[in-house]
Amino acid sequence: MRQGPSWFNVTSLVLGFSFLYLPIVLLVIYSFNDSRLVTVWGGFSTRWYGTLLGNQQLLDAAWVTVRVAFASATIATVLGTLAALVLVRSGRFAGRSLFSGMVYAPLVMPEVILGLSLLLLFVAIDQARGFWTIMIAHTTFAMCYVAVVVQSRLAGFDRSLEEAAQDLGCPPARTFLSITLPIILPGVVAGWMLAFTLSLDDLVIASFTTGPEATTLPMKIYSQVRLGVTPEINAICTILVGVVTVVVVFTSLLTKRREVRRAQDMRQAEAQA
Amino acid sequence: MPEQVSTRPRRSLGGWLLIAVPYAWLLFFFLAPFFIVFKISLSEIAVAIPPYMPTFDPADGWNGLVELVGGLSFDNYVWLTQDDLYWKSYISSVSIAAISTLITLLVGFPIAYGMARAPKEWRTTLLMLVILPFWTSFLIRVYAWIGILKNEGLLNQFLLWLGLIDQPLTILNTNLAVYIGIVYSYLPFLVLPLYANLEKLDTSLLEAAADLGCPPWRSFWTITVPLAIPGVIAGCFLVFIPAVGEFVIPDLLGGSETLMIGKTLWMEFFTNRDWPVSSAVAVILLLILVVPIVLFQNQQQKAAERGL
Repeated sequence: MRQGPSWFNVTSLVLGFSFLYLPIVLLVIYSFNDSRLVTVWGGFSTRWYGTLLGNQQLLDAAWVTVRVAFASATIATVLGTLAALVLVRSGRFAGRSLFSGMVYAPLVMPEVILGLSLLLLFVAIDQARGFWTIMIAHTTFAMCYVAVVVQSRLAGFDRSLEEAAQDLGCPPARTFLSITLPIILPGVVAGWMLAFTLSLDDLVIASFTTGPEATTLPMKIYSQVRLGVTPEINAICTILVGVVTVVVVFTSLLTKRREVRRAQDMRQAEAQA
Repeated sequence: MPEQVSTRPRRSLGGWLLIAVPYAWLLFFFLAPFFIVFKISLSEIAVAIPPYMPTFDPADGWNGLVELVGGLSFDNYVWLTQDDLYWKSYISSVSIAAISTLITLLVGFPIAYGMARAPKEWRTTLLMLVILPFWTSFLIRVYAWIGILKNEGLLNQFLLWLGLIDQPLTILNTNLAVYIGIVYSYLPFLVLPLYANLEKLDTSLLEAAADLGCPPWRSFWTITVPLAIPGVIAGCFLVFIPAVGEFVIPDLLGGSETLMIGKTLWMEFFTNRDWPVSSAVAVILLLILVVPIVLFQNQQQKAAERGL
């Protein structure tokens, strides 16, 4: 059994990852295409990136998107972490199954339904639509993703540290901040990042819940894509892919280093004990 | 917070507050809107803002409520059964989603299996490589396929260059393009839970089978596959349920003959501005998905309890 990877496994991995990455790689390559015809190679050029910087509407949309994503990811992380604590720690309470249902359902709920239902809520309570309504909508579905990510972190958690702190008279809030939070932090950070990129990405829910003055980047990209494939869109997409890749790789390396260090600390502590 | 499962733990004020905050948010912004959707699906379209009748003004009190209930009608639902666009959209959405889920499983299983059997030091990197496209924009990944699948696109250029075809193939704006789009976009959702399951698989079982003379293909079908079933189920739900209501993929990659309910709902709402009918479309879609969603939730809860 231990004779290393078989040719079948290697082939399926190579084919699988080519399938996942080839479209993105081609998109990036063709953003540097000098020709206006996206699929005909006309030499290397960065001129489409130049035209992006002159497009004020696009920059405005990007700024709205980043602000929405930042605010909604932050609130969603707080609410999602609380929801995870409730799911893992609160034991039984009236309405628990409704609660866990409401946490898991948005993960699979079609976006058109989420978008439509939230819009109708905002209309019913007479809330002017724009930045705030998109932010609330994004917070609502992103907090469920955060809850699932943090929950899996909490599930494999050694409660004895917390119990020890409380036995020594540490108040619950302080126990949470100085013991629980540092241990679940990688999950919380990953949850924030996931919430941020989900918001950055979303077209459907934002289209339903926005008002006249708030246009997000995906909405802008979508309306241009409908008119046809252009090298400018390839350039925006390349920038977005680049930002996300750098952030994700960076955080995961950071978390991994922390984990390695923690494991070393634990081993040392055990060796001394 | 003592660990008690069988009895209700005594809860401090803070403990209740911890439950109340996320609970209230989800009740108000996730559950309550569904009742509003249901109510509006029973209203009539009106040239007004908001564009439906009757509306409910809490200031009208009991009389307002009576008037509201009196004004509700099932006309929109009757309309949905009469115009065959709607039920054709539902059927075609479910069948496109089901076929795509099956293809995703066939593509995703070998990838997850290969990852789980890869040397340990590769696994984190491979996992990262599966997650990375999942973080990059859905819209961008769908858009990337337009340039590939177009008549004068990269795939046709490549096949013409190879000499495999002498006429460009029409793939974009057909259902085939929608299948490709769904499989591509949702592949990580299937690979991740499946990998988590396959990785935990105790290889000593396979070794024991091999020692007893069981050929690898047989131990694959009698040991690996049955033990991977929870991962397969979770992954398939994660692909199937959102795919039924998918809008971006059929809109950008599909053609005029591609009927999907997410697209129909979008058109009804944004082009026809018929809020009551789009609400009725959403209610029926929800009814179709309620069984798979509940099954998915139970599965997730069980997985969470097992500590997966």
